[in-house]
Amino acid sequence: MPFDPKKHIMPTQDPAIRATNFKEVALGYSPTVAKDEALRCLNCPTKPCVAKCPVHIDIPAFIKKIKEDDLEGAYSVINESSSLPAVCGRVCPQERQCESACTLGIKFEPVGIGRLERFVADYHNENSKTKAVKPESNGHKVAVVGSGPSGLACASDLAKQGFEVTIYEALHKAGGVLIYGIPEFRLPKKIVAREIEGLKELGVDIETNVVIGKTITIDELFEEGYEAIFVGSGAGLPKFMGIPGESLKNVFSANEFLTRINLMGAYLPESDTPIFHAKKVAVVGGGNVAMDAARSARRLGAEVSIVYRRTEKELPARVEEVEHAKEEGIKFELLTNPIEILGSEDGSVSSLKCIRMELGEPDASGRRSPVPVKDSEFVEDFDCVIMALGTSPNPLIKNTTAGIETEKHGCLIVNEEEETTRQNVFAGGDAVAKRLLEK
Amino acid sequence: MFKIVSKRILNPTVTEMEIYAPLVAKKAEPGQFIILRVEEDGERIPLTVAGYDREKGLVKIIFQIVGATTEKLNHKEEGEYISDFVGPLGVPTHVEGLKKVCVIGGGVGCAIALPIAEKLHEMGASVTSIIGFRNKDLLILEEEFKNASDKCIVMTDDGSYGNKGNVTMPLKEMLEAKEDFDCIIAIGPLIMMKFVVSTAKPYSIPVTVSMNPIMIDGTGMCGGCRLTLVKEDGKRVTKFACIDGPDFNGYEIDFDEAMMRSRQYAEFEKKKREETCALYKKAN
Repeated sequence: MPFDPKKHIMPTQDPAIRATNFKEVALGYSPTVAKDEALRCLNCPTKPCVAKCPVHIDIPAFIKKIKEDDLEGAYSVINESSSLPAVCGRVCPQERQCESACTLGIKFEPVGIGRLERFVADYHNENSKTKAVKPESNGHKVAVVGSGPSGLACASDLAKQGFEVTIYEALHKAGGVLIYGIPEFRLPKKIVAREIEGLKELGVDIETNVVIGKTITIDELFEEGYEAIFVGSGAGLPKFMGIPGESLKNVFSANEFLTRINLMGAYLPESDTPIFHAKKVAVVGGGNVAMDAARSARRLGAEVSIVYRRTEKELPARVEEVEHAKEEGIKFELLTNPIEILGSEDGSVSSLKCIRMELGEPDASGRRSPVPVKDSEFVEDFDCVIMALGTSPNPLIKNTTAGIETEKHGCLIVNEEEETTRQNVFAGGDAVAKRLLEK
Repeated sequence: MFKIVSKRILNPTVTEMEIYAPLVAKKAEPGQFIILRVEEDGERIPLTVAGYDREKGLVKIIFQIVGATTEKLNHKEEGEYISDFVGPLGVPTHVEGLKKVCVIGGGVGCAIALPIAEKLHEMGASVTSIIGFRNKDLLILEEEFKNASDKCIVMTDDGSYGNKGNVTMPLKEMLEAKEDFDCIIAIGPLIMMKFVVSTAKPYSIPVTVSMNPIMIDGTGMCGGCRLTLVKEDGKRVTKFACIDGPDFNGYEIDFDEAMMRSRQYAEFEKKKREETCALYKKAN
């Protein structure tokens, strides 16, 4: 068989059609294509991909199983290390992780590891009739705060070892950012629901509508008999720019806009949750959240521009998301920064005043920081502005728990064992790690 | 699911309910709020706690029927369930050390002002309450306020009950008569709170107001509830009502902006409520 230097293309919904619906964009590999893609893997002995996978999935081993048509076997390999393969196969930035280290990638395109992971997980979820079995209890109780990706992964790993796990979720539905943040067209809710069902089969109890730090404190959880607590409360506080006009009507944080759409289903006509149907939207920021907000606004019928102060190369969003956004007709105003939001008499957004930027000298992080170009201000009409500038951790747990310390950005400080400065309180996910810069 | 243990119609547009939510009841303090959803796929709405019974595990809410969600909630009866009820959220009203307080409630805002008046009364503070309504038919909680106050003044806009006029009139009279309140706590429509602030300003008496902006999660995540405080030096600071409030120093709030922001979804709310009403009518 001739060797293919390129990854097999992921089939997608036609851009013109998908820009009008919220159905999943990427349709997934067929079994034939998946096998062909698997055959591209060199099964190299050094396995550089595994080292770059945050949960160290034995990638060549699961790909080998695909080559052998043993898809359940492939799933078992992934499942040894990862609890959320159908989610990670869709939303992990593989191009910066496993695929960035692929030996094939030195000369050609790397193996489509993420696409294969997704294929295997979807195959399993559609075809496997076996339910997960609750392991024998080891008699130890652990509480997990937050049901986003880190909380779910932690709960799954602990439950598999026999711990009695209870997850506490502040919202009415489990899934955290997978439910309120990432849109249906990138991660269908039923995929998340399936992963959560799997956790319940393992014996994990999920208590929604409980805000740890308000309804129950960390200290009270210990009093209730939990021996350890994992804090996976994410980074939920939205940032604003601090420019004039941010309080005008129809200026939203990406979090608010996306939560209305994703968690509350505001794009559905029967929903009681309101959403503003804009004509022309400016989304400020260049991360995945900015892309999600822009593409959601597009699907609600708006003309959309991404406003980002650096160049395309610095966009923190996944390349795939940027490409999809462009295909859907989203404009990119690069090297541009808003300086004021202007409003009409009734207090609604009417236009955005921006300044052009250029890249200056590299800063401490090595990135060339943008500097304004003199006299380059311009005003463009918009009726909605969405701020997607990144988020910071919620201070609720820190403020209500003695002994928990954070660094200056509000991220929880943990040691190598992921334990916070308070004994037996562990933490993970965005609540600790400084997330990718969104701007 | 959360059980509606009792339901009482306070006036044609305002209803009181007690919800069985022991975790919330255990912690709730006056000034804090909860978020509820009436049914699966419903909207999340914030309501300030109107009372609680820690032993029985009950939280009291009082709501005005303004949109589809409050309309649906009002159609629920004693013994029925609502799908979600989370709290207590926000910071409790600061009452520590207060000796002489004027508590002002406007309309359904009286529901939130009452537990604060009761708490102050329990603490032994002197409480003067002024409660205002558009007319006699909309009067609520008069007895409760009387029981929790040393002096209770009822105002109606049209004079159909109590004294004619708005709540700032007796406030102004008392302030002119040199009543030395430690603090004024005002809860009601934004326009009322704005005028309470301007009435109190010449006398330099602190005014605490309770803000009730548009909100989704109630934990600081959406930023929809943001409002602007104007500090003494003129600096404008953005705060989130859900985690920094809902109580704020009345002198710092940009009320005009808050009023403008509160109208973000007014048309949608009206339309959805009409649709919901039509559905209920059809069902009957």
